[in-house]
Amino acid sequence: MHFDADSVVPLFQQVAEQLQAGILSGAFQDNEQVPSTTAMARQYQLNPATVLKGMNVLVDAGLIEKKRGIGMFVCDGATAKLQQLAIADFGDTLKPVIQAAKALGMDKQALLAAIDKGWEQ
Amino acid sequence: MSTITISGVQKKYHQKPVLKTVNLTIEPNQVYGLLGRNGVGKSTLMRIIANRTRIKVGTVTLDGESVFENEQAQNRIYLMSTAKLLPQEEKVYKLFKLIKTMYGDFDEAYAKHLAEAFELDTHRKLRKLSTGYQTIANLIIALCVPCDFIFLDEPVLGLDANHRELFYQELAETFSSKPRTFVIATHLIEEVSGLLNHVFVIADGKVSLDEDVEVLQQRGRQISGPAALVQDYLQGVPVLHTTRLGGMMTAYCLQTPLERPLPAGVSLDGMNLQRLFIEVTRKSGGHDEI
Repeated sequence: MHFDADSVVPLFQQVAEQLQAGILSGAFQDNEQVPSTTAMARQYQLNPATVLKGMNVLVDAGLIEKKRGIGMFVCDGATAKLQQLAIADFGDTLKPVIQAAKALGMDKQALLAAIDKGWEQ
Repeated sequence: MSTITISGVQKKYHQKPVLKTVNLTIEPNQVYGLLGRNGVGKSTLMRIIANRTRIKVGTVTLDGESVFENEQAQNRIYLMSTAKLLPQEEKVYKLFKLIKTMYGDFDEAYAKHLAEAFELDTHRKLRKLSTGYQTIANLIIALCVPCDFIFLDEPVLGLDANHRELFYQELAETFSSKPRTFVIATHLIEEVSGLLNHVFVIADGKVSLDEDVEVLQQRGRQISGPAALVQDYLQGVPVLHTTRLGGMMTAYCLQTPLERPLPAGVSLDGMNLQRLFIEVTRKSGGHDEI
């Protein structure tokens, strides 16, 4: 994980995004414990309130849940849920690629051909 | 919950005003950054709160009672600074005991853990330690006293990069497990910025910025692009500072009108605390209106 103090994304949002990325990548699997607020605050030298606020974004989204006295756990099905969201949002991921292709004067066919070529590699 | 309230504090040294009128509120369970250029009076302000410097004008209260000559209040306030406030001829482990009798309690187990983590030899006299280790001994005491308000004046002076990181990590951990208030005066702003909830910037004897870090992050931006477009985008908005290079302009703004559409060719970047500090305390600065 990496946190960027220069970013326009508030730090708590960065915490939330990185935790989501961790779930999506399988670093934190369904029903597994995520690092405690204290451990994350210590590791990345962040204010624990910032970390907690970031974690609460995921709690509100039903991705992690608090088990009293033990800690935070990834909800059952969270990985699949995040995958579906990422697929639904894939258009946003593609936007800069399409823009870059347009800026180079490529047409749709040329972009699709480039994707075909990249897919096979 | 207890609060320290600083109102109308003034301090002169040799007829020269250092603090002109300082008003601040220090809330419980926060990590504050107290920022300011060299010689601006950060240490003076901390010394006033900790009853080490007297003032003639202004008040500092804890729960409504003056903290001056008030042992009960001072028992809840700890000032760690590079000034040699502790007996230099004492061995470090004896200092820990001395502090325990002075403050009624001291987290000896945590002090032992910290001494081991920093590899501090507690059987040496404070005076015999290197600059860095003298700071470390001071820091360990500051993190182990049972006080509600801990003031750290230049807490990493003389510490190497590894020891600085270890200190920030220990601070995050101890703050998480036992919330209390830390007020940190430092010039190494970038290193500490993730830990801060709130910043005070002192300039020209006054508090020139008193804001939550999250608010600064939400609306503080560097806006760059062709001068006319940047000016147009920021019409009527107070701007901290602008720089120009040919026809290009960069404006630093705390109240960026993010709801306005951004003209093509103009870019918005976050403003980190260090950059913000430089812009707020720049000598020629001031709030220009574009």
